Amino acid sequence: MTKTINLTLKVWRQRNAEDKGGFETYQSNNVSTDMSFLEMLDVVNEQLTLDGKEPIQFDNDCREGICGMCGCVVNGRAHGPQKATTLCQLHMRKFDDGDTIVIEPWRVKAFKLIRDLAVDRSAYDKIIQAGGFVSVNTGQASDASAMPIKQENAELAMDAAACIGCGACAAACPNASAMLFVSAKVSQLALLPQGKPEAAIRAIKMVRTMDLCGFGNCTNERECENACPKEIKITNIARLNREYIKASIGSSVM
Amino acid sequence: MQLEGKVPGGPLETKWDRHRFELKLVNAANKRKFNIIVVGTGLAGSSAAASLAELGYEVSVFCIQDSPRRAHSIAAQGGMNAAKNYTNDGDSIFRLFYDTIKGGDFRAREGNVYRLAQISNNIIDQCVAQGVPFARDYGGLLANRSFGGAQVSRTFYARGQTGQQLLLGAYSALSRQIGIGKVKMYTRREMMDLVLVDGHARGIVVRNLLNGEFETHAADAVVLATGGYGNVFFLSTNATSCNVGAAFRAYRKGALFANPCFTQIHPTCIPVHGDFQSKLTLMSESLRNDGRVWVPRKQGDTRAPNDIPESDRLYYLEEKYPAFGNLVPRDVASRNAKEQCDKGLGVGTGRAVYLDFADAIKRDGKATVEKKYGNLFEMYERIVAEDPYQVPMMIYPASHYTMGGLWVDYNLMSNVPGLFVLGEANFSDHGANRLGASALMQGLGDGYFVIPYTIGGYLSQWYGKPKVKTDNPAFKESLDQVVQRKEKIMALKGKRTVENIHREMGLILWDNCGMARNEAGLTKAKEQIHALRDEFWQNCTVPGSDKDFNLAVEKAGRLADFLEFAEVMVMDALNRNESCGCHLREESQTEEGEALRKDDEYCYVAAWEYAGYGKDPVLNKEPLVFENVKLTQRSYK
Ligand SMILES: Cc1cc2nc3c(=O)[nH]c(=O)nc-3n(C[C@H](O)[C@H](O)[C@H](O)COP(=O)(O)OP(=O)(O)OC[C@H]3O[C@@H](n4cnc5c(N)ncnc54)[C@H](O)[C@@H]3O)c2cc1C
Ligand code: FES
Repeated sequence: MTKTINLTLKVWRQRNAEDKGGFETYQSNNVSTDMSFLEMLDVVNEQLTLDGKEPIQFDNDCREGICGMCGCVVNGRAHGPQKATTLCQLHMRKFDDGDTIVIEPWRVKAFKLIRDLAVDRSAYDKIIQAGGFVSVNTGQASDASAMPIKQENAELAMDAAACIGCGACAAACPNASAMLFVSAKVSQLALLPQGKPEAAIRAIKMVRTMDLCGFGNCTNERECENACPKEIKITNIARLNREYIKASIGSSVM
Repeated sequence: MQLEGKVPGGPLETKWDRHRFELKLVNAANKRKFNIIVVGTGLAGSSAAASLAELGYEVSVFCIQDSPRRAHSIAAQGGMNAAKNYTNDGDSIFRLFYDTIKGGDFRAREGNVYRLAQISNNIIDQCVAQGVPFARDYGGLLANRSFGGAQVSRTFYARGQTGQQLLLGAYSALSRQIGIGKVKMYTRREMMDLVLVDGHARGIVVRNLLNGEFETHAADAVVLATGGYGNVFFLSTNATSCNVGAAFRAYRKGALFANPCFTQIHPTCIPVHGDFQSKLTLMSESLRNDGRVWVPRKQGDTRAPNDIPESDRLYYLEEKYPAFGNLVPRDVASRNAKEQCDKGLGVGTGRAVYLDFADAIKRDGKATVEKKYGNLFEMYERIVAEDPYQVPMMIYPASHYTMGGLWVDYNLMSNVPGLFVLGEANFSDHGANRLGASALMQGLGDGYFVIPYTIGGYLSQWYGKPKVKTDNPAFKESLDQVVQRKEKIMALKGKRTVENIHREMGLILWDNCGMARNEAGLTKAKEQIHALRDEFWQNCTVPGSDKDFNLAVEKAGRLADFLEFAEVMVMDALNRNESCGCHLREESQTEEGEALRKDDEYCYVAAWEYAGYGKDPVLNKEPLVFENVKLTQRSYK
């Protein structure tokens, strides 16, 4: 049933990376429970704008849980309280009248803060640029059906490929590690025959870049898996480790 | 202006081959001497940028988002067509060509569409080689489904995330080129102007969204792959940053805008349910393979859907179109939903119809239905808080795709030499209506398999000639205009927000230039948009500073462009006094109330030319010639 609720928001405001930043409190009244979390913030921003104040900056684009652009920490949880849900897909019916909601940006060393709730996640792109691909040029492909792929492997690859690169895994990890993100891409490609030839070297290059970007190490805290809006499994990290060990033994690229 | 489509002569099947043979080549060693700007990193932009860099060109790429992977293509759910005929059900290149040109209601060029069907198969091969995890059958071979009005199974898919997987494939190819330094990637940049030198496209002005600074970039050619303008309706299935800005800036510099009134309204979206709503969510139309569309037969029937007996339900698509039933093309499904709601038979808020899975669940079992549509049902429940396994979904049409776009010839070059336009941003292949699963195909076809050849034909003439640099006065002139406009926008300190005005504009267009139009409504809409544009420049407010990261500044600039563009759209709709593809022109109907196309009067591309601020644009016509198909009135009865 649709109803309206009143909320108190404590929102992190910080003009830029150098600014100290701090929480500001806003009252958000008559919020329809049919609203998405971002629509609730839109309404707060409309009011701030009309009051001559500066609206809260937060990244978003598709608003349907697929582009990975949105995301912040809501009451201590990346993307908020609902399992397997991005912030843009979280609806206000998950909150109660009178709730106080604390909203903060991802706090990850490798993601520099831009403003308020927006952070710079280009480190994830750098990791992909280092090896998250199959080295095939346009036009080099053979017929698509030439290489049958076991349905089970195709499904597992698809599970891993569902990653949206939002950064929640690193934000939820006590070590701010990007291992779930890296392992998802390594797994997807290692599971498919097309990706096999480069599997080991890919793992090495991506992990090395992850370290260089300043992400922490994985110590099996499992927080990433809990936070992931696409339910990427930590079994992918085990698969990454296998590729990595194979590579460390067999490769000269260390 | 004389418009030359440049479609090569000769038989349909050999046009593209012969054209490629006749195009001038740039030899491998010389390619690195050419610099190409690509704006946009959706399927079209990413695939183009990666392929051009692989060939050896120096490529600079720009996008609005913080990463090229987030372009709006990521949201496509359903799938992508190709004429592989893996299911042996009678598909062929010619059939895909025929279905696409007929689906577009005969308002696209034969030569372009045939080429698209030809390269569709290469696209699938390329994507598989990149590691795109398409659905497979038990034998490990690629699976297909039928989609959006097609009578053969030719759609390739990756669960309900086909666009995501295809884009991540193209993004990985692009990332590889960034990693080895062949592509320079500029994220969080918005193109503000196209720079022409001696009539050729030679560069762009962009705004760095992080700090508001303007930058100029020069190149030997500019490729726009900036997507569609569906957000002109405010509520649409598009991502929030989708805009007309880049294409519109090019239009103001002389590029023609073709068929702007051809927009697609998708039949199966979650209905509007509140004033606060910021976007509409698509429910993949694959749902219509098993869902049955109905409304109550009687007005004002307030019973819960499951309490309405079979005899009181009107399965209007099945009754009206027995051959196609619930699988009629999008335009027909959308129009009929609107018609039922206009008659007062709508459910929910009155602007919705049911999409019911009860029979499918009874027939195939819940598990089967869940396997096919589980993620979509979940998404629906998350948004609406109702369980579609128990109660029928409610759906309504929403703005989804824009067939109109910048005019391009067979080489995908606009009338401005050196300016190429790919993907949804051009007008080329879908005519007046897009069939499901054909936009992904076109975006990737343009990027992987057309532009890498055709751009060489243009660039070859410049070999050894002096390079244009950003110190050319044309850049300064363009920059000055961009700065002036920004200052005008930052000075807006009125009483209405950008969203508020955008919403109003969206409603004007939705009511008067959407699924059904007529002269009186369009004429009124034109005046209303005029007035709203004045309102924007007098009474809008833009908060904060343009020197910080400030999304409000971007949005205001995009709305200013939309407000000018909306008028071109309405002019185009006024001019086209025929029902065609996605829209019903109320003055042009058959006796049975079906859409009536007028081939003797309107079988042309309407390409609009900018005539100055506040002046009516000038209409140019490119006649469409059909040599291989017979123009028939579409009938799905
Ligand atoms: C919800 C949804 C589902 C869909 N499902 C399907 C489907 O199943 N099958 C199908 O075939 N089609 C589908 N479509 C349509 C299809 O997804 C799009 O038409 C297609 O992806 C467009 O690709 P593109 O590369 O042309 O543009 P986009 O993917 O829109 O990319 C545009 C790019 O341009 C950039 N850009 C835009 N403006 C500027 C500017 N001013 N300055 C700098 N950069 C700019 C953006 O940052 C972005 O990188 C769907 C569309 C939607 C909305
Ligand atoms: S805005 Fe795209 S995932 Fe949330």
